[in-house]
Amino acid sequence: MTSRYDRAITVFSPDGHLFQVEYAQEAVKKGTCAVAVRGADCIVLAVEKKAVAKLQEERTVRKIVQLDKHIVMAFAGLSADARVLISRARVECQSHQLTVEDPVTVEYITRYLAQIKQQYTQSNGRRPFGVSCLLAGFDKDSDTPRLYQTDPAGNYFEWKADAIGRSAKTVHEFLEKAYQDDLVADRVGTIKLAVKALFEVVQSGSKNMDVAVIAKDKKLEMLTTDEISKYVSEIEKEREEEAQRKKRGR
Amino acid sequence: MDFCIGIRGNDFVLLCEDMNAAQSIMLHKQDHEKMLDLNDHLLMTRTGNLGDGVQCAEFLQKNIQLYQIRNGYEMRSSAAAHYIRKYLADTLRSREPLEVNLLLGAYDVISNTPQLYYMDYLGSMATAPFCAHGYGAMFATSILDMYYHPGISVDEAIGILNKCIKELKKRLIINFSKFNVKVVDKDGIHKLPTISVEDGIHTH
Repeated sequence: MTSRYDRAITVFSPDGHLFQVEYAQEAVKKGTCAVAVRGADCIVLAVEKKAVAKLQEERTVRKIVQLDKHIVMAFAGLSADARVLISRARVECQSHQLTVEDPVTVEYITRYLAQIKQQYTQSNGRRPFGVSCLLAGFDKDSDTPRLYQTDPAGNYFEWKADAIGRSAKTVHEFLEKAYQDDLVADRVGTIKLAVKALFEVVQSGSKNMDVAVIAKDKKLEMLTTDEISKYVSEIEKEREEEAQRKKRGR
Repeated sequence: MDFCIGIRGNDFVLLCEDMNAAQSIMLHKQDHEKMLDLNDHLLMTRTGNLGDGVQCAEFLQKNIQLYQIRNGYEMRSSAAAHYIRKYLADTLRSREPLEVNLLLGAYDVISNTPQLYYMDYLGSMATAPFCAHGYGAMFATSILDMYYHPGISVDEAIGILNKCIKELKKRLIINFSKFNVKVVDKDGIHKLPTISVEDGIHTH
């Protein structure tokens, strides 16, 4: 019985690609969309809720999870892979605090997850994680909201606004055009932009969206369906008005 | 050389500990707090080896926090108590046994009952309406036997505490100057005024 795996799965192609990593990124693109927008004093995560089967309990499908009291994560891709990463991250958050008495910074835990992901692209017998993560939170002694993203390759970047999963490219293009610093200066503006961005993908409305707001020193806030509906109807109204304006011509 | 005491009322648990930090004959600190909040409704105090106590308490605190993050709700008091007891029992027969005696004061928000657990370094555990650790326990337990009654209030409990401290000052060879007092109830953990022996044992 061989307990040692001697064959690498993620190897270079002749033209310098790591195909397994790229296939993992494709797996992420199959997952439901997750959008994150960093405002002046909060971060908003808006995720697409996949329609549950008739006999399935809805509340057991969770895409927004807490890693620690001050850090929240949304992911896109293989849920089972994400579960493993979430478990490791949660333990690391406590372990870090046990050792140095300070809670982790968002960058630290992002780097930690990214390192794990990279290790799995360079280990025998292992395949990369098919998950991209959006990490949001506040560092201790800082009022600046932070938003980071990791991908299956183990890259991580800080973002002002980002989207992962299905149709992420569409949402990205929308955000690049729409994101303005003064638009996200307050909570309402940030939520509105996040919902608007997700709306590009999730046409069916508020019952297929989960929206979470992360603010400094406050518990993670999940918006109710009614609250989301209000934003959605505002956005639909604005769209109608925009369409009317265009029809009438400038 | 340390001392800690716990008193359980109808809707609270009061824990008190001495504030000496000493190594053999040397008294390093007289305002050292050992009590630790394990979660919003779990308070733990200890006697024994100072280093082991810190290791034990912080490790347990982080694991109980991890449970909360993982599951989305606080670890219940009896679950936490049994977990802590097992931890002590496991370390007992390992390379690094922990020389710590614990008192765990808890409020179970689901059944709305206060609970006081007595644990020692051998991994034994008992619930009790009142208990204490250390040499001072011998004096304190007798006083509690006499004055404790079920349904005691916080003020009455502090009164008994003062009686115990007075007795310790009179009859115990060890000199304690300050006592740290905290209470756990359904609203969480609250710090009460420190009791100072120098000023004739009145709280200030």
